[in-house]
Amino acid sequence: MTRKTTKSGSISRRRLLTTASAGAALAVSPLRINLLRAQEANIKIGFPVPLTGPYGTEAQDQVRAGQLAVAQFNDGGGLNGRKAELVVRDDKLNPGEAATRTLELVEKEKVNFVVGSLSAAVQLAINNVTKERGIIFNSISQSDTINEASDFSRFTFHEALNPHLTSGAVGRYAFSKFGKKVAFLTADYAYGHEMVRGFLEVGKAFNIENLGDIRHPIGTSDFSTLLPRIQALKPDILCISNFGRDQQIVLKQATDFGIKKTTQIIAPLLSHASRVAAGPQAFDGVIGGCSFYWGIEDKFASTKAFNDAFKKMYDGRLPSDYGALGYGGVSAVLAAVKNAGSVDTDKVIAALEALKYDFYKGPQYYRKCDHQSVQSVLVIKSKSKDMRNESDVFEVISTDEPNEANLRTCAELGHKA
Amino acid sequence: MAGLSLDLIALQLFTGLALGAIYVLFAIGLSLIFGMLTVVNFAHGAFYMIGAYAGVYILSFGGNFWICLVAVPLAVGLFGLAVERFLIRPLYGRGIDYPLLLTFGLSYVMVELVRIAFGKTGYPFDTPEVLQGAVNIGVGYFPLYRLFVIGATAAVLLALWLFLEKTSFGLIIRAGARDPQIVRVLGVDVARVWLIVFGIGTAIAGFAGLLAAPLQGVIPEMGGTILAEAFVVTVVGGMGSIGGAVLAGLLVGVVVSMTSLFAPEMGKVSIFALMAVVLIVRPQGFFGRAGLMS
Repeated sequence: MTRKTTKSGSISRRRLLTTASAGAALAVSPLRINLLRAQEANIKIGFPVPLTGPYGTEAQDQVRAGQLAVAQFNDGGGLNGRKAELVVRDDKLNPGEAATRTLELVEKEKVNFVVGSLSAAVQLAINNVTKERGIIFNSISQSDTINEASDFSRFTFHEALNPHLTSGAVGRYAFSKFGKKVAFLTADYAYGHEMVRGFLEVGKAFNIENLGDIRHPIGTSDFSTLLPRIQALKPDILCISNFGRDQQIVLKQATDFGIKKTTQIIAPLLSHASRVAAGPQAFDGVIGGCSFYWGIEDKFASTKAFNDAFKKMYDGRLPSDYGALGYGGVSAVLAAVKNAGSVDTDKVIAALEALKYDFYKGPQYYRKCDHQSVQSVLVIKSKSKDMRNESDVFEVISTDEPNEANLRTCAELGHKA
Repeated sequence: MAGLSLDLIALQLFTGLALGAIYVLFAIGLSLIFGMLTVVNFAHGAFYMIGAYAGVYILSFGGNFWICLVAVPLAVGLFGLAVERFLIRPLYGRGIDYPLLLTFGLSYVMVELVRIAFGKTGYPFDTPEVLQGAVNIGVGYFPLYRLFVIGATAAVLLALWLFLEKTSFGLIIRAGARDPQIVRVLGVDVARVWLIVFGIGTAIAGFAGLLAAPLQGVIPEMGGTILAEAFVVTVVGGMGSIGGAVLAGLLVGVVVSMTSLFAPEMGKVSIFALMAVVLIVRPQGFFGRAGLMS
């Protein structure tokens, strides 16, 4: 027993000596300098987006634009010479996959910030991880829920539009022009439901008559059985709230059924990529909203500069709506880093809250209570004639200027004053 | 909800039959190959997708839709011949799951190759100009192109029926399906018969893909959804029965259509509910031969 104690005591004494000398060696060796430099390594921004799956086209454009924002930050000297880096992951449009990838970005890649997502449900999954880990997340996809007190945290920022804002802008335009009898055709999930809620809310002011909301499962390839009933309702306006491939197919088939002859079709969101994939015929004359269209470069110098930089980096290609969000989301975080002079989370949050920015679409800022980016909404109409280039697919027919009054109030969202 | 007139119900019924005709077209190639070869072709959806892309490719060289109607089934059929000769043939006599797994893997390869060659985005496919617009069919307006698809489906079925029932080669095919051994003993090259049947089945799949392109556009994943629908139609009709596939296709169309009228969000589920009910009452489907799978 005594011997044992002595023995173990001697070992621990030896270990202590070894450790101390190793520490001393480290203090003077070049290794220590390496360690210090490692702490000054690149500022890492995790970027989970659905590269594969039905929104793959949009996601690829998000990555392109995100890379552009990083390149511009680095060319501008970074944070006192410290460079930024985008760490892209495929979330496969699946909330579970997104949560796993985000956790991996935080734990293994040690990212400083997370920007990304392209789905209402997926961004909430990412947000759950980041808010628990205390990492800033700037979401670049539409959601109303992410603004609400239940999902919000001080680490949560929302660069994209939300359904309330988007449907509000499109509704105010359409309900004042095309009639009061409105039928809805809606993808049966959060995005569709939130959009319809938004349209009905803004519709109150115009006394619209809701003829009915027909809901279809996500991923429907034939809408023919839903269209005769919609025609029988004889609506002035048919409001179709779905996205991606669903939107492409329904607009094509509604055109075939001759619905456009008697009814104005509106969509809360018209996706640039979907319009290009579906062709001019299907989308012709459809009115909807978007956060960005390259054509507003006549109006804003920032848009012109963004378009030119994007074209230069990507062989003359013009940025799409969702691509631009990737640019805005990353640029905002990096601008805040620069203003804060640090990557410290609290300092960057304060800098983001104070940020007044115009990166690509005119003035924007984050509202204090829910970190929603207050910004303009464009109302656009799809065209099939007089196209100047292959990206010239929409015409901006109205603009909702940035205005907090168009958002749900902080109290409505459950935020305490 | 207002507006449930008799006209609407009639139009809805017609829409269901029209949709059913499209389901029949999706399923008939699958049913033919299964009935004659006992091969469950999981690559059916991929052949269908290849048909749509072949159409896009031919149109990009200035071809028109009518040329595609002939060239696409030929091209896809030829591809099908190659697949049967070099991939499926070595697996005959090894149990039903061998070709099943092979075609399952093949479908992934085909979709991925198309993604590499044509990109992930997909292509627009405009309805041919003379078939654009809607016509009044008495109870309401209906797209002209869908009427054309019904006609094309009927033509394919008629040609297939004449070929199988009225030609001597058709007789050999039917005999080969019943008892390949006896047919072989009688001096018929059964391998060649199966090759041709597989070619015809895939050609019809390609044709269906081409006809579907103006309805929903063209993307690499377009075969995925129709494969499920085609299987339901084949199973409900009875595995391998062409007449059963026709009846089941029309029935599925009408069921989807009528469900959509009253509970639109249930449209997709109703297909599988129908299948479950039919299988409980009649496990072999409408006209299925029992024991084909064993």
